[in-house]
Formats: sequence, C-alpha cells, structure tokens
Amino acid sequence: MSEIVKPPPPLTSEQVRGLIASIPYARYLGVEAELRGDELTLALPYKDTLIGNPMLPALHGGVVGAFMEFAAVAQIAVAQRAVRLPKTIDIGIDYLRSGRPTATYARARVTKLGRRIANVRVEAWQYERNDPIATLHGHFLVAAADDDDDAPAA
Amino acid sequence: MTDPTAPPPAGGALPDGMRPVVEMMMQGTPHARALGFQLMDVQRGRAWARAPFRDDLVGDATTGVIAGGVVTALLDQVCGVAAMSAQSEPSSTATIDLRIDYMRAAAPGRSVLAQAHCYKLTRSVAFVRAVAYDADPEDPIANATAAFMIAANVGRKPGSNARPPRKPK
Repeated sequence: MSEIVKPPPPLTSEQVRGLIASIPYARYLGVEAELRGDELTLALPYKDTLIGNPMLPALHGGVVGAFMEFAAVAQIAVAQRAVRLPKTIDIGIDYLRSGRPTATYARARVTKLGRRIANVRVEAWQYERNDPIATLHGHFLVAAADDDDDAPAA
Repeated sequence: MTDPTAPPPAGGALPDGMRPVVEMMMQGTPHARALGFQLMDVQRGRAWARAPFRDDLVGDATTGVIAGGVVTALLDQVCGVAAMSAQSEPSSTATIDLRIDYMRAAAPGRSVLAQAHCYKLTRSVAFVRAVAYDADPEDPIANATAAFMIAANVGRKPGSNARPPRKPK
C-alpha cells in the first residue's frame, strides 16, 4: 500500500522551452525561457507588433497579461516537475506603469501548489527588477495524473 | 436563433467625431491589428469585437483552441474601446487593472467574440465589464472586469516611452 514513489527529476531548461514552444501564441509573441534551478525567467524581446498605444508608445495590456500568464503556467510545470500546462481558472492583472518598447521579463512564484489548485503571483519588469510594470495573481487547475477527469472539457 | 457573429442592432449613438476615434483605436493599435481583431459595433459605452481564429494564435496545439492570452488581449482591447466610447470627446485610456474568470475553453477552431459595457465613468476612471464567447453570450468563455485611467496620455509627450523611466529621487 504505502509504496515509496521516487519524485520525478526536476525539469530542464530545454523541457521548459519545449513547453513554451508548444503554445503557438507564445511562439507568435516570441517568448523565451531560461530555467536555473527552480527559478524560471521568461523574456519577451521587443517587436513593433506588441504595441497597444502607438503614441507613447506602450506595450498592449493583453500582451503583458498573456506573457505573465505564460510565466505562471510554466512555473507551475516546474513546481510539479511535469511537462504539462495547467488550465487557467482566473487571473487579476495590475498594470503599474506603461510597458516601454524594450525587452520585458517575468518571474512567477507558486504561492501554493495544492492537489487541484495552484495559486501563483507573477511580476513583469523591464529595466529594473524592483520596478515592475505589472503584476498578476492567478488560480490554475493542476489536474493530477490520477485526477484528470477534474479538468474541464477542452 | 440569430447569427451570433452579426453585430447587434445599433442604438445609443456616439457623440460627433467619436466613431473614427474608436475605429482608429482598433485599427491603429498594432497588436490588435496583428491579431486580426475586428470591431463589430460600437455604441455609447458599449463595444463588440471579434478575434478571428488563426492557427498561430492557438494556446494548446493538441486541442486547436484559441489561446487564453488572445482572449485576455481581446477583452483588454474591447474594454478599452467601451471606455473610450463612453466619453463625450476623444481621450486616451490605460488599463489600471483587468480581472478575468475563464469558465471554459473556446470551441476548437472557433473565433472568439467579446462584448463590453462601460457601466460607470468618472472624471478619472472608467469601470467596464465584458464577456467573451464563441456562440452565445449566455454561455461565456470568460468574464472580465476592468478599470481604465482616463486621459492617460495627459502630460505625456508623444514618444516619451522611448526612454527608460526616470529614477525616483
């Protein structure tokens, strides 16, 4: 009954990149990933099609939101040591300053990885790590391998 | 049943000169144009938009469902247009906060529609609700609530974002 199960090995940077690359919209945006230990940093190099306000110019709020959501789901995969994407239940995004036409970075922290729900906070920044342009707080459905029928039909 | 992709009947006309402004807000927004967003209709404080299905905008290649991030971008965009259309003269908007509940995945291969309503406008802030759906607004993919800063560009020179932000003293 109480069989000891060895935990799966930590994900590699290549596995996380593969996971991100499996999302066509993430590829379209040009999202890059680097994993060191269990700390994942996503990078979004600038390109003109990411702009939402051409006057300032400023990045589109949806781009910044989607980018942070990718950071959240990828960090959950790292925490779970599983190459699979959780499903988003809800996200709340605070926009702190307009995204400038330059590279953007994001890091996520899995506040709580439950059996079914993960609670995640993400920060996105540009020039300085301690001057975030946006934060995200979200809940994600992490269907366990033996619990897959909890996932909504996709 | 009516065609869900057809624009709803017009009403609540926009103030003079606002229609080109809100249309430009869609066509003149590089990311909205890049994703192929279409403004279907706009009334005072209300907007309807569409994200046509495209293979490169999918979120999960195994299911062929449009990405949640595209739905996020569409909801942000349509909420911003509703916030603009609620105003009596052209201004600028910036998202303060955007909260989205994802109720279900979009149907595979389907475009996503969204409608937004700016239900309260103050001098500084527009409060907006929106829903994204693929066939019936009563069967939503996602619900959004958002707050927008009004006259967001005031005091900002065009191109001012080309430089890094000034360090606080």
